Amino acid sequence: PPAHSGRDWIGPPDPHSHLRPIIFHVPARESALERRLREARQEAQASNQRFWARHNRAFRQEKEEFIYSRLKAKGLEMRDESGQKATLNAEEMAEFYKEFLNKNLKKHLQYNRDWYKRNFRITFLMGQVALVRALRWLRWRKKNVEQ
Amino acid sequence: MSAARRCRLPRALAGLFVWHLRNTGVRQMPCQLMHLYHVANDRLITFQYFNFLKRMYVTQCNKDLSQRAKPKSDSIVSPSHELQQFDQEKKVVHKISPVSAVHQLWSEPTSSNKWGELKSAAETEDSGIPVGAKSKEDRGWKEMKLQLDDLPGILARLSKIKLTALVVSTTSAGFAMAPVPFELTCFLLASLGTGLASCAANSINQFFEVPFDSNMNRTKNRPLVRGQISPLLAVCFAASCGIPGIALLTLGVNPLTGALGAFNIFLYTCCYTPLKRMSIANTWVGAVVGAIPPVMGWTAATGSLDAGALLLGGILYSWQFPHFNALSWGLREDYSRGGYCMMSVTHPGLCRRVALRHCLALIGLSAVAPVLDITTWTFPVISLPINLYISYLGFRFYKDADRSSSRKLFFCSLWHLPMLLLVMFTCKKSVLEKEDKGDLPGGSHETAMEIRLP
Repeated sequence: PPAHSGRDWIGPPDPHSHLRPIIFHVPARESALERRLREARQEAQASNQRFWARHNRAFRQEKEEFIYSRLKAKGLEMRDESGQKATLNAEEMAEFYKEFLNKNLKKHLQYNRDWYKRNFRITFLMGQVALVRALRWLRWRKKNVEQ
Repeated sequence: MSAARRCRLPRALAGLFVWHLRNTGVRQMPCQLMHLYHVANDRLITFQYFNFLKRMYVTQCNKDLSQRAKPKSDSIVSPSHELQQFDQEKKVVHKISPVSAVHQLWSEPTSSNKWGELKSAAETEDSGIPVGAKSKEDRGWKEMKLQLDDLPGILARLSKIKLTALVVSTTSAGFAMAPVPFELTCFLLASLGTGLASCAANSINQFFEVPFDSNMNRTKNRPLVRGQISPLLAVCFAASCGIPGIALLTLGVNPLTGALGAFNIFLYTCCYTPLKRMSIANTWVGAVVGAIPPVMGWTAATGSLDAGALLLGGILYSWQFPHFNALSWGLREDYSRGGYCMMSVTHPGLCRRVALRHCLALIGLSAVAPVLDITTWTFPVISLPINLYISYLGFRFYKDADRSSSRKLFFCSLWHLPMLLLVMFTCKKSVLEKEDKGDLPGGSHETAMEIRLP
């Protein structure tokens, strides 16, 4: 994104976390409130990125391990079956999905709580910033009209 | 909006093609179909064009399984579900080109999705930004600025406008089935209020679910995920839809309907959405969310919660299960990875049992309708074939538990509901009839027509 832009920029989804990174614009005269908002958003973004990248990586890894172990138990090679994996083991994959979900439930509950808290806080700060800016603009307009 | 319009026809064609396939019993091309199923899941769920009685009905089921978009509720399902647009007054007539034209589209199954994305990318892209067009998602960096000319389209997607339309049509069905003379202003106010409440609920749902939506194929192109709109604006939009919507229902229709609307928003946003990630009970909550709009339509017309309202709600409640459970069967991987607690992942046997159970319940509920004096006895008789068919598919799903049976059940549920509601309406027991204490099975249609005139 160009350096002279006065706004935030959002990019394509990250290959690991599937989240879209945002580059935050730091204005020259950033108020304390605006800084708090920006930092909250940056922190949330970093935390989300960490969580999902790790989670998705674990999912892919465990899925590979599961498929490998099952195929081995059947006495089959991974390579040969790679084309048919999806359809042959639909029910066995379901076993893996169930296991994975149950294993990660606590982790998700914790993450949900964090995410909701962060989301509310960020949105509230956005509201405050927007209100301050609106009041400032009204005051500026009043001054201009008087002049 | 124009982008949406432009990609509606290809999606419609794709939808028609899928329907055509289903009808002609094509078993092959599982990969393409599955791909389309995933990619265009949203579209198929939201749009299903099919020829019915020489007229085109747009049926929309947006059942966001993981995100059950229950009407006025979430996605996947619950709200999502389902409701189909059944409204005799507002039939959408579309000219659909012959199926052969669809074959061209079929060659790139993702084209419909791509089309929409490329179009919106072109519109929102800043002129100075190089386009990283590797894959359809990878569109390079974009300025996070609200584009005013895109705003209608963005808000439509934020409020899941098609699902909202479905919800409003089930509300109208509830209104139409109420045994009172038809009042146009009340009908319009109730529909508008319900539509606004549904927009609000859907927006809040998307506001809550941004990181989860990013990780699921079905939902990764939502406005908040793509940064087209800020969370603050989404919340403000929800408030500006919800508050007038509920106020309209409470003051313009009656307080009962307003209370039901507010309760439904609460149920969807504060119960269903968080529950999706906590326990499988979310499916049942979502089914209630889907069942409330027709009840609201009924209470809007009559002002009271009669047995008839509950029956209509019950029919929609039962319908949600085969619809949603069948859809969720194919999304198990995404649900598992995204952390959504759905029956299809954790309790697959229960998932299929419940779907079958509720298919059978639909037969029973249809039989109760004449007992409550809502319809004549022709209704259970005429609806028996379609109810038996969906129960048969439910049974097949129960026994086979595979992708093809779940798909068949899902697609059946898409046309089953509008047909059932349509048959119900034509078999409606007229108010005049009840006064005469006569039962005219053949003439009920005519008398029902008479009542419809204000």
